[in-house]
Order: sequence, then C-alpha cells, then structure tokens
Amino acid sequence: MTPRPDADLAALEAEALAAVAAAEDLARLDEVRVHYLGKSGRLTTQLKSLGALPKEERPAAGQRINEAKRQVQAALEARRAALEAQALNRRLREERIDVTLPGRGQTAGALHPVTRAMLRIERLFANAGFSIAEGPEVEDDYHNFEALNIPAHHPARAMHDTFYFPDGRLLRTHTSPVQIRVMEHQPPPLRIIAPGRVYRCDSDLTHTPMFHQVEGFLVDEEATFADLKGVLYDFLRNFFEQDDLKLRFRPSYFPFTEPSAEVDVQCVKCGGTGCRVCKQSGWLEVLGCGMIHSEVFRHVGIDSEQWLGYAFGMGVERLAMLRYGIDDLRLYFDNDLRFLSQFA
Amino acid sequence: MRFSESWLRERVDPPLATEALCDQLSMAGLEVDALEPVAPPFTGVVVGLVEQVESHPDASKLRVCRVDVGADESLQIVCGAANVAAGQRVPVACVGAVLPGDFKIKQAKLRGVASQGMICSAAELGLAESSEGIMILPADAPLGQDLREWLALDDQAIELDLTPDRSDCLSVIGVAREVGVLNRLSVSEPASDPVPATQEQRHEVRLEAPAACPRYLCRVVRGVDAQAATPLWMAERLRRSGLRPIAPVVDVTNYVLLELGQPLHAFDLAKLDGAIQVRLSRAGEQLTLLSDDEVELDDDTLVIADAKGPVAMAGIMGGATTAVSETTRDILFESAFFTPEAIVGRARRYGLHTDSSHRFERGVDPLLQQRAIERATRLLLGIAGGEPGPVVEACAETHLPPSPSLPLRKRRIEQVLGIAPEDAQIVDILQRLGMQLEEQDAGLQDAGWQVRAPSWRFDIQREVDLIAEIGRVYGYDAIPVTHARSAAFTRAPREMAFDLDQARRTLVARGYFEAITYSFVSPEQNALFDPAPAAPPLQLANPLSAELSVMRGSLWPGLIQVVRQNLARQQSRVRLFESGLRFRTRSQGLSQESCLAGVIVGPVLPEQWGEARRMADFFDLKADLEAVLAQTGRLDQLRFQAPDEGEAHAALHPGQSARLLLGERPIGWIGTLHPELAQRFELPNAVQLFELDLGQLGIGERPAFAPLSRFPSIRRDLALVVDADLPFERVREVVNATAGDLLKQLVLFDLYQGEKVDADRKSLAFGLILQASSQTLVDADVDALMRRLIERLEQDLGATLRS
Repeated sequence: MTPRPDADLAALEAEALAAVAAAEDLARLDEVRVHYLGKSGRLTTQLKSLGALPKEERPAAGQRINEAKRQVQAALEARRAALEAQALNRRLREERIDVTLPGRGQTAGALHPVTRAMLRIERLFANAGFSIAEGPEVEDDYHNFEALNIPAHHPARAMHDTFYFPDGRLLRTHTSPVQIRVMEHQPPPLRIIAPGRVYRCDSDLTHTPMFHQVEGFLVDEEATFADLKGVLYDFLRNFFEQDDLKLRFRPSYFPFTEPSAEVDVQCVKCGGTGCRVCKQSGWLEVLGCGMIHSEVFRHVGIDSEQWLGYAFGMGVERLAMLRYGIDDLRLYFDNDLRFLSQFA
Repeated sequence: MRFSESWLRERVDPPLATEALCDQLSMAGLEVDALEPVAPPFTGVVVGLVEQVESHPDASKLRVCRVDVGADESLQIVCGAANVAAGQRVPVACVGAVLPGDFKIKQAKLRGVASQGMICSAAELGLAESSEGIMILPADAPLGQDLREWLALDDQAIELDLTPDRSDCLSVIGVAREVGVLNRLSVSEPASDPVPATQEQRHEVRLEAPAACPRYLCRVVRGVDAQAATPLWMAERLRRSGLRPIAPVVDVTNYVLLELGQPLHAFDLAKLDGAIQVRLSRAGEQLTLLSDDEVELDDDTLVIADAKGPVAMAGIMGGATTAVSETTRDILFESAFFTPEAIVGRARRYGLHTDSSHRFERGVDPLLQQRAIERATRLLLGIAGGEPGPVVEACAETHLPPSPSLPLRKRRIEQVLGIAPEDAQIVDILQRLGMQLEEQDAGLQDAGWQVRAPSWRFDIQREVDLIAEIGRVYGYDAIPVTHARSAAFTRAPREMAFDLDQARRTLVARGYFEAITYSFVSPEQNALFDPAPAAPPLQLANPLSAELSVMRGSLWPGLIQVVRQNLARQQSRVRLFESGLRFRTRSQGLSQESCLAGVIVGPVLPEQWGEARRMADFFDLKADLEAVLAQTGRLDQLRFQAPDEGEAHAALHPGQSARLLLGERPIGWIGTLHPELAQRFELPNAVQLFELDLGQLGIGERPAFAPLSRFPSIRRDLALVVDADLPFERVREVVNATAGDLLKQLVLFDLYQGEKVDADRKSLAFGLILQASSQTLVDADVDALMRRLIERLEQDLGATLRS
C-alpha cells in the first residue's frame, strides 16, 4: 500500500473526526476507534505503509500521519468524556429519589421526664465529684426518722404522712435515710448524691403518693454554710442554664440539719416579676438544705468536732415541671404516650 | 399563726411597708404564707344613731327608722332587722355607699316608704360569716365617723407558716420580739402587773405528775357579769386572727393565747368538785370534751381532774361538764406549763388538734404563766367585772426545763458558717435575741462565750443552735458563696457493673418509652403476676385505697395497666419499659430487688411506607433484650430456657416463654402474656413481656482483645431437616462442639415448616463462617470438617441433609 497523498490523509482525518462526532454512545465510539486507530485501523495502517516511501520522505510523512492520529485520538477522548458525562447525568436523573419521604425503620422512644431531670441532676453533681448511692424504699423507723433526729412524736413527723406496714416498717418518706446508710458504712470524706422514689400518704391536685427526690450530702474536715451556698448556686444556675439566676436562702427547720435553709430561685417563668407559676411572689421554692446536725453524726459514730457536713434535698417532679413547663403533677404517673413522647 | 398587722404594730412598729415587713419575716425564717385584707372593700359606711323606730304602715316585718349620721338632717331608713331599736349606734350605708360585692346603695322606696340608706349587719360588711340582725356598735362609737376609719379596717391579716422549732413565735408578742430583733427596736409589752386580790378564795392544786406538769397556776374570780359582752376591739382582733368571738371569758383566754402564747383555760368553779389534781389518766376513764366528743382515756394522758374524775385533757381541750356557760358566775382560771413530752402525740391519738395542744407540744415559755394569768384577770375585770382571788401556784422547780449554759466558740462559728463576724456583732445579735452572755477566754482554741438562751427559746439546746441564730440574724443572703477545696477522688462505679442508664438509652433507641408507675398495686393484680403465690405480698397498713395496697412483686402489673390505658386512648403500638424495685418475701425476709421490665404490643415498626406491617412477637422482644444485655459482655452465656411442665410462669404463655439464665444464674423471664390474662385484661394476643432482676447480673466481662486473623475465612451453607420440636440451641451446641475454634459465626438464615418437609419435621438452613488463626484453610480440611459435622448432626440429632 502506498501512503496517501496529503490531501487523502486530510480527507481520512476529516472522515474520522466526523465519525467520532457522530458516535451517539460509547459502544459506537469504540467501533469508530477500532475502525480508525485499531491495530488494522485505517489511520494505523497508514504508518505501516511508510516503508514504501523514499527514505528521505518517511519522517515528514510519518509526522503528518501521527499528527492526524493525535487529532482523532483527542477527538475520541473528548467525545468519550462527553458521552460518559451524559450517561452519568442520565443515570443520576433516573436515580433521583424523593428525599422528603419519611425515613424507614424504628423511631426513637424517650426517657420519662422525671428520669431525664434526675439524670441531669446526677450528671451536674458528678461534675462536682459526687457519686451515686441508693437505698431501700421499704425502710425502718430508725433510718427514716430516729437517726435523722426525728424521734417518735416529733412534730416534724406530722409533716410526713407516712405509709406503714403492719410490722412497723414504712415506705421511706424522703431520700435522707440514704445519708444514714452511707455514713454507717463508709468513713468520711464523703460526697454523695442519692436519687430515688419516696412516698407520702397524700393524694390530691398537688400531691401524688409517690414522687422522686434527690438527696445530696458532703462530709469533710472543712465544710461551711458558705460552701453549701456555693454548691447550690452552681447547681441551680447550671440546671436552669441561667448564669445570673437569683437565689435566696431562707432560714428554715429540718431536724437533721442546723442551720437549715429553704432555697428559692427567682421564678424561671416570669423572671421574678410575678406570675401564676410563682403565685405572684417572683420566687419558687426548690430545695431544702443545711449543715448536717451533730445528732445525725452521733447516730452514725462520726465525730462532729472533726467532721463537718452539709446536706440538701430536692423534689425532682417540681424541678422537671419548672424546666419543661409541665403544669399537672398527675401527668407524670399517667404514662400517656402523648405525654411521654414529648420528651424525646 | 395568724394575726393582724395593726396588732403587731401596736407592740413594735418598724418603718417598713407591709410588703417589706412580710419579706423581712420570711427571710428570717418566719415564712409569710398569706397576706389578706381584714375586711373586703366598702365605702360610705358611717356610724349612725338610731333615734326613732316606727313600724312600717304596709309591712309587718319592716321598720321605719330615723337615723342621725352626724349630718344636718337625720335620715329615714327602712330596716328589716328584728333587733333594731332606738338608741343604738349602728353602721349606716348612706346613699352612694358601695358595699362588698359591688353593691351600690341608692335612694329607694320600700313598700311605698322612702329609704335613704341601709343599716348594715356585720355579714353585709364582710366582718362576719353570718349575722342575725344588724351590727350594734358600742355606745362610744363616734357619730358620723367613717366605719373603716374608726375600726381601722384598712388592716392586713398576716398568716405565718411556722416551723416546729419556732413555738416562741406562736404569739403576737413573739413575732413582735422577732421584728424588734431584726429592726433594732424595743417592744412594748402588754400590761401584766399583778392584780391585787379582792377576796381570799384559794383553790387547792395537787401536782401528781410533776414531770409532765411542773407548774400550775390558778385563780378564782367571783361574780363575773354573765351579761357582759366582749368589746368590739377584742372581738375584732380575735376575728382578724381567725378566731370567732364567743363570750367574754373564752374570748379573754383566746386573746391571751394569741397575745402572749400561753394557752389558758377557765372552769366554771361551781361545777368543780374539790381540789385540782394534775395527774395521768387511768385507762378507761371517760371524759366529755368541750367539743361534745366522748373519749375513753388511756393510761398515758395528762388530765386535770377533780374529786369526781377528769375535767379536762391537760393542754389539749377542756371538758364539757365544767365548761363556762352563760350562767357562770364564778370561774377558775388555769395557767399551766405542761412539758412538750407530756402533750406531744396525745392530741393526735384522740384525733384532736387545738391551738393549745399545738403550742404545748412545741413548747410554751415556762416562765410565762404568772404574766398570762395576771393579763387575763386584768382583761376580764375590765369587761365583766368580778372579784379576783389570789393567784395559787403549784410548782415543782426541779422538773422545769433546764436553761442550759452553752459554750459558743468563735472558731466554730467560722467553721460552720464560713463567716467570722466581729465579736461586737456576735454579742449584739445574741443580746438582741434575749440571750445572756459571759465572755470565756479559755485559750485561743476555745475563745468565745457562755450563753444562756431566754426561757421562750425551746429550740436553743446546742452550740450549733446559737450559730444558726447568728447566721439567721446576720442574714443567710449576706453569707458569701464559696467553693470548698476539692479533696478526695470519689468512688466511681466499676466499669462492668450493669449500667442502667445505658440500658435505658438502648431501649429508647429501639423505640421504647419509659414509664414510671406506682410501687403499690392491687392485691388481685399482684397475685396474677406473682410467679410464687405461696409468698404473701407486702401489704400496707394504711393504703390510700385497695387499688394501691400491696407492694408490687413484679413491674408487670403496672406496665400492663399502662398498656391498657394507652390502647384505650387509640394507640395501637405500645413499647414501654420501667425500672425500679419489686418487693418479694423470701425465706430470709423482704427482698427489694432492682428490676428492669419491658412490654411491647402491636406492630414492630411504626406505620410506614417502606416496610410491611408486621406484629411484634417473642423474637422481636428477645432481640431487644439481647441488645440491653450486650453491655454485660456475656451474651454467649445468656440462655433462654423453655420451662418444663409445671414450672411455667403463671402470667406467661407456657409455650412462648423462657426463664432467662446468665451462666447458671436465673436473671428473669421473657414471654408472651398468657392468653387467659390477655382475655381478662381485654388485651390483644401477643403482648410480649420481659423482666430482669438487675441484682443477679453481677459484674460483666470486660472486653478482651483477640488478635485479628490474617487469613481469609470460608463460608459453607448447610440445610438440615430435623424434628419439629428440636430446639435450635441443640443444633448450635453440636456445631460448636464439632467445629471448635474454627467456627467464627453461625448464621441461621432460614427456617421452614410446610409441604416440602414431613409434617413433624422442620428445615433449618444456616451458614458457617470458618477461619483459622495461623493458616489459610484449604478445601480439603473444610470438606473433612463438614463431613464430620453432618455425621454428628445425623447421629446426635436425627438430622438429615435437605436435598
């Protein structure tokens, strides 16, 4: 075969380029490639015929043929890229889904709001180095009252409407007996938080016969009422996530602490201006606290000259009500899914 | 404790508005519970004088009155009250007046007679709950003066919610003392100088229980005017304190109780038979109380008795037979100190609670009796006259409460409160509180004072009580907010202790909601879910209702109840869990067991477009339970043991339930609610339940790393036909035993029972993933293993390969 004259080569190149441009899909494009650039393709064979040319013409002719091949190769690649892009786009178009359809499978449930609040309280105190302790709910008189300096007939017992069992045992009326149980077995220093169920024989709009408290206490060689204020300021401001939340400590009375205080926070609903939640007072009573009474220490054999301590206790339902805006205590133990599902 | 602001201010009058005064009381530990006006708003009511009363020409029940109200002309007022009479001073609502309830007084004609106003009853003015007839004012009521102004009705009733330690504030004078301390003001004490006797009758007193009653004062007053009326000022103070005025003698005792805090009693002297004996009751003695209640006394109640028997329950309530009545002429006043120990709990025992018992149980000032009886005598003489005898006092000094001298160390104040006030400030605070101080210089460590509290402060028994008082008066809010040094590293829970919180969150992620139900349930429900009905449930002595009377032996009754309620509220899919104690009587006594329980009913997934609806069954709950227990690291030791006949859980379907074992230890139950119970509770079939006894889980196994094999694994699938009732567990055991360490995983991917296998057989198809740790497994080895395995399955389990 004789190499074609330049004019013929140009025509062949043009023909090849046109074929590339006309290829509608990748398969057709490959056919075009084989036809022109394959082992026995029409452009490839041009090179094989160079030998027929005089020696001095061969380099120039070869160069021209190679140039033509490059052009066609480049066109092929560009076309391939274009077709591939087209194919991808088509695929992407076809695979389009409705992303607004609901997700598939299981949906999450929720913790009970009381647990939710309790876990938050526990976590905040864990940050301050308090560890968790638990105690029995069926208690004896000694741990629930006697050791907490509430002897039989003490007027403070009237404030605890106690559920009793025929053998004299009772349902704990507060989580404070955990204080006694811990101190009976662990030497100070102590830093304990005791969450749990407590029971009072009372049921109306604002009382349920079972509710939850978190008791906390610290026993150390140094512990002052000022430190107690520090812990409770930190706790309440963190719990309500309000750095400037105002607190007030009112002198009060608990048989197992002296001095004792009740702690009010500025109403978290109205900010202290007065509303229905705070009964127009601007303040909400949220916990009771005080320095652990020496009689309590005496009952558990801790030397009250060497050790000092403070204790505090709070109602979880009340804190959860304030935090989540729940306005009816009875909802807690109704366990209506429409209620529970609001705390996911 | 309720009293009116004006009464308090008569004793001490700080320059504070009402609100600020109440705040100050609350912040000093005397919590103001309520603040209410002593009278509802009304205007235009003046003091009038009834000059003339004539009958109405056309109405027999109406009177036509001429009333002078201090104006130029008297008014003509038609009045329907039977008790109206000429010469009375009465409250008159003039035309234009507005009475409580926004009742406007206008010119009117009643049965043709013009009426220029209204003569008011106390009830119409909101000064009494009910009235018979118009209110008659004392003769010195100033004609024409505005009634509100004259009666000082723009006054507030303050209600204190006092803590049990502050009995000293159960009186106006006690609160006044406190206000004086807080504002550095002196308090004016009511006159209680001795009233000289004008006759010599003495009534004998015998203290037969001196420990319970160490001091008893009494005094005869003869010839009291039975017709006398309680003066308006006293009646108003009683009313504003929440007490109903009755008659002078009773009103005087109540007044002194409120004013000084000393409960008093008055006997009709004529009805007493012989000396007063203060003694303990004898079991079976009868006493009719003032309230007309008949009580049978036990042998531990302090009584006042005469020759015939008990005449009063000491410090709690007087008796009816010796009570002062309208005909009483001679009385015997009692002013005693009963110790709190003698009174506490007694009133409650008889279902009583009185103003007197409330004070005595908390502690009455043991030095107050003399003042109180003089005060009462003075007041009574002023109202109803009479001839007082001398005060008779019986006293057993040794039984009076001691007034201990307490050490107060300066360093202890700082240790407890975190403040170090100046000496002068400490002394000032304590002296204002009525304490006597003596400086002690017993070395630097114990420098401080010896302090004696006043007789009215029953609550001051220890050094720390003094420190609390210093803190209280110093102001809790003035104590700084500090942070203690952090010392010990706290005891953290063990890593592999069961983490209930994690378990809860696992369940929440699997679509469960947490419920919290009461720990007490009905005995019937409890029995239905108790696997061991032989043990009696723990029964409350004083339950709120039968429905809440026994401590739950399982968490299931509560959860089933919640399921029922939610299904009734149109929920079709309920997934719940609860954690808490269950209470079981075991041979070694009561066991309070921390449990986690769950229940599911309805479709596995919420209704959705991409998954077919499938009802949850046993295996759905099983997977959830395994997810919960994964944290123990011991799932390989978890077994689901079908109960043998007679061992099934009473509440569960015997063929769809399992005892849970972790290793050898039973940890709970899982299963389908028994169809009988489902029917009984009107629940759909296929309610799935589990309950785990968390205390039995022990400490889990910490993850222990095993090197990863570098060699490829090989999977071989096997389809077997076995007897239909052969537990899969048996197949797993044979495979495990035969394949040994090479077996990395066994995946059951098909279970078939039907036409293609014999009726009493089932087909199991499973994949074995095999891998060696030190070499690449070759087909020859695996083939040999599979042959051995099939042989074992055939021989041990009667399996056949499915063709």
